[in-house]
Amino acid sequence: MADVYDLLILGGGPGGLAAGIYGARAKLKTGIIEKGKPGGQAATTEELENYPGFGPGTTGSGLTKAMADHAAQFGADFIKDTVAALDLTGSPKKVKGKKGEYLAKAVIFALGAEPRMLGVPGEGKLRGKGVSYCATCDADLFTELDVIVVGSGDAAIEEAEYLTRFAENVTIIVIHEEGKVDANKVSAERAFQDPRLNWKWNSIVKSINGDELVESVTLKNIKTGTEEEFSTNGVFIFIGTQPKTELLQGIVELSPQGYVLTNKKMETNLEGVFAAGDCCDKYLRQVVTATADGAIAAFAAEKYIRETELWEKEVLTPQHPVLVAFYNPTDMAGTEKVGIIDKFMQGKDNLSLVKVDATRNELVKKRYRLDTGKLPVVYLFQQGEVKASLEDINMKKIQELVK
Amino acid sequence: MIAVNKENFEQEVLQADGVVMVDWWGPKCEHCMELMPSVEELAGKYQGRLKFCSVDTSGNRRLAISQKVLGLPAILFYKDGQKIGELAGQEIQPEDIEATIKQYAK
Repeated sequence: MADVYDLLILGGGPGGLAAGIYGARAKLKTGIIEKGKPGGQAATTEELENYPGFGPGTTGSGLTKAMADHAAQFGADFIKDTVAALDLTGSPKKVKGKKGEYLAKAVIFALGAEPRMLGVPGEGKLRGKGVSYCATCDADLFTELDVIVVGSGDAAIEEAEYLTRFAENVTIIVIHEEGKVDANKVSAERAFQDPRLNWKWNSIVKSINGDELVESVTLKNIKTGTEEEFSTNGVFIFIGTQPKTELLQGIVELSPQGYVLTNKKMETNLEGVFAAGDCCDKYLRQVVTATADGAIAAFAAEKYIRETELWEKEVLTPQHPVLVAFYNPTDMAGTEKVGIIDKFMQGKDNLSLVKVDATRNELVKKRYRLDTGKLPVVYLFQQGEVKASLEDINMKKIQELVK
Repeated sequence: MIAVNKENFEQEVLQADGVVMVDWWGPKCEHCMELMPSVEELAGKYQGRLKFCSVDTSGNRRLAISQKVLGLPAILFYKDGQKIGELAGQEIQPEDIEATIKQYAK
């Protein structure tokens, strides 16, 4: 059987790498599964100037390389494999890759997102033949050629500006009214001032045309309904992303758009399964929010792992009966009642007592559907199962419970 | 692997005997750089059964366009001066390249 990792992180983008740093630094046996080079989508961003502390001149590949090195320094294992299937309900959790199977106590899903396709005729056929989703990768091939950029979000506007360094003409196709773009104001204003950028407003791409290479696109003005054939050599598409969460379909709760639903601790609805980065249902998808997700997910995963291990060892594994007292440390009267159990325990050999601060231990609260409004409460465990429980604690009732 | 450019492409690739694989790459293409060690390993493994060339598109842009390469990475296969196979796009994995090499290897 393969080694069991404490924490397995699926995906080596900024979210996964930050989780790797936090996990490995917390001395968890941490593995990061990544099919290619670490860095994710951020690695293909030429200019990345809004990561705090790293201003103009920072590149996406440089920053993410530093993150990967950082995670490796703290001892995270990098596993080069493609995640193919998941079995996350049992324990340990199983991750099947193309090359091997990996086991872990907790999993952070951070497979990110990929560019959304336009879904118009010609797009698939002409991919790599003028249709591109990565300006950094392909821009210099378009030196002295004409290109269009489809979209008006941050990525579209920033990549369009990058393309002006190479291409002869760069035209941005925007679905909105003149002067309205989805990008942030700073980028938008800079772009409006840039004389090298041309704009087509109220327009959508209906088809991408060409035999062996892109020759033109058919544009439609959605206001007037008129169509025109527009000559171009390149079509760079930046119309947002879609999450790579097919593997989670039917396993954890996803939003209607396929993003992973998490709470503030980056927990999914499945115990021990967390998510981080662009694959999550969230408000802002940036490198800085992905790394924050990763840190939170790894911290929460560590707590989950420690709680699970302790619970296994102290409550579920012992052959003798175990009393578990759940209490609220801020409730004095209730905590005193727990003292009665302490007294009861004196001289009892074949019985143990575990006290759990139920206000802090999320795991048991969830697993045993504990009502924190009714504390303290005592459970009797035998061979890992709850045999009985008691809310109104007094000596006589405890004696009866254990009988 | 033979580094090919606009001067010797005709001779090394189009005039060559047997099947030639050409890896079109660029220094800014992260995925190309990531694939490169695997491509070199494959070139060693299948040495003699296929000819292996590479083109840095950053200095050979017109050559790339003449071969209908407008996106990286692109792995093209030629025989008798004709393109007989092609892998393109960000999704290419070393396993895909090896599978195609096997198809054409002597």
